[in-house]
Amino acid sequence: MTGVRSIFLFVLLFFAYETSLARAEVGENEGFSEALLLRPLPDRKVLAHFHFQSAVPPTNSYGRHHHLFPKSIYQLVQKFHLREMELSFTQGRWNYERWGGYDPISSSNAKPPGVELWAVFDVPQHQVDASWKNLTHALSGLFCASINFLEHSTAYSTPEWSFRSSGGYLKYGTLPREAVCTENLTPWLKLLPCRDKAGLSTLMDRPSIYRGYYHSQRLHLTSNEFDSNGLISGIVLDQTLTIVLQPNIKGTGAIFSSGSTLQPSWSLSSLFGRKVGERCVLSKSSNVYVQLEQNLVSQLIKLGNDTGNGDKGSHHEVDISQNFVGDRGFELSIPPDRQIREVDRFDTGSLSILHQFSVENYSDLKPFDLEFRWKLPLVWSCQQAPLSVSRYLMGSGNERGSIAISLMSTRMSECMQNADSSASECWLRVDIFQVVPWYVKVYYHTLKVFIDERFQTVANAVERMHVLPSEDKVSPGVMELTLKLPCGVRSAALTVEFDKGFLHIDEYPPDANQGFDIPSAVVVFGDFETSIQFADDDYLHNIPLLSKLQDKSRVVSYTEVLLVPLTTPDFSMPYNVITITCTVFALYFGSLLNALRRRVGEEGRLLKTKATKETGKLSSLLARLSAKLRGKPWEPSEQSSSSASFFNRKLILKVLLVAGLAVAWQYYSG
Amino acid sequence: MEKTAEDKKRKPSKSEFVFGCGSGFGFWKWAIASVIFRLILIYFPGNLNLASRPEVSTPLTSLRRLAEGYWLKQLSMSPYAGSMYHGSPLLLSVLGPLTVKRIEGQPNYLICSLVSVVADFTSAMLIRQIGQRLLAAYGQNLRSLGLAELFEGSLPSGDVAALVYLWNPFTIVTCLGYNTTPIENLFIILSLYGACTGIAPVAAFGWVVATHLSLYPAILIIPIIVLLARGLDAPPRKLFLQQLSSKAGNDSSSDRHVEALKSQPTPFSLRPVLAFLFWSLLWASYVLILCGIALKNSGGLWEMFERTYGFILTVKDLSPNIGVLWYFFAEVFEFFRNFFLIVCHANILFMILPLAIRLYHRPCFLAFVYMAISSILKSYPSVGDSALYLGLLALFANELAEMQFSFFLFCGYVGVSLLSPVMHNLWIWRGTGNANFYFATAMAYACFQVVLVVESVSSMLNHDRKIRKLSTSMKA
Repeated sequence: MTGVRSIFLFVLLFFAYETSLARAEVGENEGFSEALLLRPLPDRKVLAHFHFQSAVPPTNSYGRHHHLFPKSIYQLVQKFHLREMELSFTQGRWNYERWGGYDPISSSNAKPPGVELWAVFDVPQHQVDASWKNLTHALSGLFCASINFLEHSTAYSTPEWSFRSSGGYLKYGTLPREAVCTENLTPWLKLLPCRDKAGLSTLMDRPSIYRGYYHSQRLHLTSNEFDSNGLISGIVLDQTLTIVLQPNIKGTGAIFSSGSTLQPSWSLSSLFGRKVGERCVLSKSSNVYVQLEQNLVSQLIKLGNDTGNGDKGSHHEVDISQNFVGDRGFELSIPPDRQIREVDRFDTGSLSILHQFSVENYSDLKPFDLEFRWKLPLVWSCQQAPLSVSRYLMGSGNERGSIAISLMSTRMSECMQNADSSASECWLRVDIFQVVPWYVKVYYHTLKVFIDERFQTVANAVERMHVLPSEDKVSPGVMELTLKLPCGVRSAALTVEFDKGFLHIDEYPPDANQGFDIPSAVVVFGDFETSIQFADDDYLHNIPLLSKLQDKSRVVSYTEVLLVPLTTPDFSMPYNVITITCTVFALYFGSLLNALRRRVGEEGRLLKTKATKETGKLSSLLARLSAKLRGKPWEPSEQSSSSASFFNRKLILKVLLVAGLAVAWQYYSG
Repeated sequence: MEKTAEDKKRKPSKSEFVFGCGSGFGFWKWAIASVIFRLILIYFPGNLNLASRPEVSTPLTSLRRLAEGYWLKQLSMSPYAGSMYHGSPLLLSVLGPLTVKRIEGQPNYLICSLVSVVADFTSAMLIRQIGQRLLAAYGQNLRSLGLAELFEGSLPSGDVAALVYLWNPFTIVTCLGYNTTPIENLFIILSLYGACTGIAPVAAFGWVVATHLSLYPAILIIPIIVLLARGLDAPPRKLFLQQLSSKAGNDSSSDRHVEALKSQPTPFSLRPVLAFLFWSLLWASYVLILCGIALKNSGGLWEMFERTYGFILTVKDLSPNIGVLWYFFAEVFEFFRNFFLIVCHANILFMILPLAIRLYHRPCFLAFVYMAISSILKSYPSVGDSALYLGLLALFANELAEMQFSFFLFCGYVGVSLLSPVMHNLWIWRGTGNANFYFATAMAYACFQVVLVVESVSSMLNHDRKIRKLSTSMKA
């Protein structure tokens, strides 16, 4: 007995040891890190980009119990076999012109207004739709949003190649009108191990962040739990919050000799109304970065060049790189722990610089509050996408219209052209992905392409095209195409005509007169990849935000959401319409039937015979019938002789019928 | 539409010049003038913009949708993908290539408009042929009843009807409006022509293709069979029998009438009917095979039926038109939708039998009434349907000379056709009106059509009564 017990104990201990060993082996893999990137924007605003990453090793090596990773997300992945998913809640529109469209942050964090959800499933094809539906319901419960409206097949689509090239089954859906507010942020914060109680997320003071010009919270999930081969990295959850804030201007009205005003200075406490107190102890790293863009850096260099001493002029770059903080352009209240410089891979001349501040040494008693003070007015511009995209409606009235997507060249593509001028044929490929709801009935054959305001045939300008026309009340219309533009293009435009549909009164949403939204089109510049390459350093790769910046990502722009007003019927009229229409039907049926059965000539004669012979209509009808059967012409005068016998027979029949009915009644009821 | 009464007013003058110029020279002048008028209007379509009028082109007949279907087909997709095209795959094969042909400096769809003009002209010629035969039969019948004086001064109804068809503003507007209605009308008229002339294959071809194109002409099978079996419109047969018996009884001198009656076709000859049914079967299978070939890369015939006939029967498109069903089904409670769909279609079907019984002796007129009824109650009516039945109505100008309310109807048609675009503009384009205003004009239009049908039926019946009274009084 004791032997058995000892063996049992041993086995138990062994398993405990094994599991703890396994934990210890990969324990460091389950990790969480947080970072905040701040960037002054040219239009006197500040971009704040929070980035939180949680990662968990794969289930088969790590098990199902997690310390940090949110259980709800893990269950989502397990249940719906997600390979990749992204959910974003956005309020406001990213201003590509002023806030940049080419850098990694804008191309992956500028999102269309409302909710955007896409997911790649790793399930057999016939289960994809069901998985999508369940996923939308789960997410809608998780984030207190009406994501479940995406469940219906009219709300989501399947992009083939233009939106994202990936294996698995990709589904894409947007809700342009979804209002985003704090009830969506709270569940999103609950996924963080420290919530907003400690660490950088304490900065998320609701009134401050919702006061901003742009606000986008994003949840990106990659998992290769279900990959049979390839790298095993488990599930990685990236949560980002990107906001554009206007710093309070505090008495810096000083106008400089150049006539330009000083950019507003800001600090964490003035932007968010809070300071970073205690760091989140669960986080591997909590850093704050201040990013100076390429163009800003080159402006600063120029400034240093202009005002620097003559003898140092030739070495200004070295000088600035060494003591940049004490530069004449601006100053930071805390010296950065580290300065990270972009590596110039393409020899473009200007490079962005990141100042890193670690908040690990700060506490509630000594909170972290970074202040950024401008000393001289500077004017710079952000790096733009090769083409700036806008989309608008043409036409008036509620019957039809057309959608136009216009692409205007920015200086960026000119640079590209110069760079590529060696090649004889230089083309710029632009992928456009557009989903149109079914009640906007697009005539795809009316697609017209104008390049530099000259009409081009579709075959010339469009490299490839995939159209999935909308099905009434079943599926939305999807248009994917790759435009092939010459590099020197100044402008390109794409128009397609549509008819506006008319819906049943039940299909109109409340406040139908506001109009219906056409979701943003996605424009992908396939030839361009954006990344910020830093000097090779293992340390930098360990920080998720920096490794994200170093990853090559496609340059993506979203167009505006279009608001299409649709004609409404009178919502209060159903009863009136039904009754009036039925009256017309009755008028038609009754009057026509009356015209058919009315007899003018015979009427008098019939009445006369009735009066004299006292026969009913039935008898005359029978007489006519019998006359017809005998093949003789019916004559009322002849009929009178036979009517008496008919009368008697009818009476007998009637009596018999009544008697029969009475018998039957008695038989069945009694 | 205005022509209903307009031709009444114009009739004397027209007959004058037709007879005055001798052998229909005036007819040809006016017919060619109408074609030239169309060609002139086709050349300036930019200002007219008729193709987008809901009165002119419906989701079923719009050429723009056909072009979309053709474009999808060229991309090797089903032409019915995308709920855009709901017409026949044969039309797609025939007209589709014409929609993409552009002549530099010429308006779009020029060739299709020319096809419409040809179709209109052909229809008018066929109507003229039908009218001439009807007139001949009318005269013969009246003479055989001894009422030859009634025939004096009757109009050449074929010429009148053809001109009414050609000069009807509805027809002109339809012809210019980039739609397939002229072609559908052509096949309906072709089937009637085939039936009037007794050529069963032509009647069957017209009937099968018209049914294939727009479903509603299927009910024309009754008038066509009656026409083939019993011949053209005539007063009720028992009048002739009475005439015969009375003539045989008391007057042996005039054998001419008896001979004339004996030369009448037998009451119901089965041979042409069987021929018609055989040919319809043949043509139908031919059409279906062609459709199958045209659609072999996509959904096939079942999809075609679902997307054409199903679309017609279930009233899926709720965009405004001059009918009454769109607003009705936009407003009706979803729960009752199927019930009311049945009611609406049954309203056409239930009237078929009573009309066939009562107007058995006048199959051509029966065809007119059927077309008018389906134009009132069809899911996606357009003025092209009205143009067809108004053209047919003019065939019976002699019989319907004593029709009531013709001026009232004329004014009603004019009023509705002026008010309806105004209301549409106010509602859709300016946003100041309301759907109810536009729907009210549609209701008024339906009412006027109902009055037209009822009045024409009752005046035709009155005409028969008059003939009977005259013949019986003569007998007496």
